[in-house]
Amino acid sequence: MNRFTRTAQRWVVFVAAVALWELVTQLAEASGAAMSFFFPPPSEIALTAKDLWFSSAFGKHIVPGVGRMLGGWALAGVIGVAFGILLGRSRHAMAYLGAVFNFLRSIPPPLLVPFFVAAVGTTNMQFPTIVFGAIWPVLLNTVDGARGVDATKVETARVFRLSRTQWTLGVVLPSALPKVFAGLRLSLSIALILMVISELVGSANGIGNQLVRAQRDYEPTAMWAWIVLLGVLGYLFNTVLLALERRALAWQPRHSLETQALATGG
Amino acid sequence: MNMLEVDGLGHTYKGKDGSHTAIDGLDFTVGAGELVCVVGPSGCGKSTLLRTIAGLIRPSRGTVSLHGTKVDGVPRDLAVVFQDYSRSLFPWLSVTRNVEFPLRSLSRTEREARAVEALAAVGLAAAGKKYPWQLSGGMQQRVAIARALAYRPSLLLMDEPFASVDAQTRFELEDLLLRIRREQDTTVLLVTHDIDESVYLGDRVLVLSKSPATVVAHLDVPLGPVRDQIGTRASEDFVELRAKVAGLLQGGPVSVR
Ligand SMILES: Nc1ncnc2c1ncn2[C@@H]1O[C@H](COP(=O)(O)OP(=O)(O)O)[C@@H](O)[C@H]1O
Ligand SMILES: [Mg+2]
Repeated sequence: MNRFTRTAQRWVVFVAAVALWELVTQLAEASGAAMSFFFPPPSEIALTAKDLWFSSAFGKHIVPGVGRMLGGWALAGVIGVAFGILLGRSRHAMAYLGAVFNFLRSIPPPLLVPFFVAAVGTTNMQFPTIVFGAIWPVLLNTVDGARGVDATKVETARVFRLSRTQWTLGVVLPSALPKVFAGLRLSLSIALILMVISELVGSANGIGNQLVRAQRDYEPTAMWAWIVLLGVLGYLFNTVLLALERRALAWQPRHSLETQALATGG
Repeated sequence: MNMLEVDGLGHTYKGKDGSHTAIDGLDFTVGAGELVCVVGPSGCGKSTLLRTIAGLIRPSRGTVSLHGTKVDGVPRDLAVVFQDYSRSLFPWLSVTRNVEFPLRSLSRTEREARAVEALAAVGLAAAGKKYPWQLSGGMQQRVAIARALAYRPSLLLMDEPFASVDAQTRFELEDLLLRIRREQDTTVLLVTHDIDESVYLGDRVLVLSKSPATVVAHLDVPLGPVRDQIGTRASEDFVELRAKVAGLLQGGPVSVR
């Protein structure tokens, strides 16, 4: 299959669905159905989106929201990978900490919002909420990956007297990398969710804040525009991360990469 | 002076369900430039022996000395080629990077020069940019051998290095090893469960008993430095020696002379 047919295959259902949606909503509007106020046609949403996204809202709401999300996710990633490798290679650490981590991970992340509101106030709680919610998948996946270094590699490293840095960055980290990326992808979607949810609650700006404002002002088309933006952002970040992953794991046999791409829809 | 001296070496694994003595009271030496094969049945403690020599595990009894210095921790100038080449190589590094990886203390140009030389010695001069998974099993084991050679160890330990490749490849790799040690004067201690291999490769063969392993016999192999798979294996000396080793492995020391 060439590149063109693959791209066509990927988008044909999406385009057809949008076209159908446009048709149905246009017909409903023309017939004066009551619900059509809440379900504007995609073309209308697109026009509103263009006005909203590329207005002053871009600097005032989108940039701060996306910044919080990516910043929180990146910090969670750095902490998660660093501690994951440390704990994964420690002989006893996970025996003590495993239960605690699994407990903390099991808390549904959105429930962190009320806690952080109480702890640090509504204006400051978005960032810590995102970090705290996004850290667990990376941390636990990295622990798993770091533990999985096989005995032969451990002995090879000892025989050749690798330095601590070589061992950690040159053997443990690459061994764990496939799991690390799986964790990072999970964390990314959690970060996106927590970004919006934490902004719904009393934030001064952000995409969630604009969503609530549109709801209060009774502007369903604007609400749709922000919802679509979240979908676009989620898709975009996931695609970029997958591309990074493919580069970082280029040393893996071809077939296992293709299986991964299938499993993640990339 | 002997390169390697093993004195009263014994090791007992302590586990939850009791303890298991893998090797017991081993005494032998390996001189500089020798290729000594240790042959013994599977599970008799060959890998345990190599691990204690490599300083990977601390023996329960006895001592190992390299250049007259007692081994305590992994010695600096020792390399190991493991049976499991696919796990021993780092799949995220190209062949050249795998070979260079342990040479961090050298300058970049020196590392590159050593890798080129070692890869040429194992017949992989053109494969440096490939990744291990792109190579056959036999070629991967060549990479592992090249990595060990580039490290320039004074003692090379090999733990059943050719047990996981097909027979044809095994012959090629055996001849490769013989050629390399003729050219580079490497000291090698190789363990194997394959009687023919031990006689074909060794200047000397140490025969181990069943677990716990003790040395049943030291045999000199009078086959000379240049050997070939067909002629040598058909020679009278070879056939006689392999029968002797087989007898020793089956019956223990009682059946010799
Ligand atoms: N880490 C270990 N803990 C306990 N027992 C072990 C360990 N490693 C090996 N053994 C036991 O010691 C014996 C010798 O093992 P090994 O040295 O691997 O034999 P070989 O290499 O000759 O096949 C076997 O019975 C094996 O089960
Ligand atoms: Mg073994």
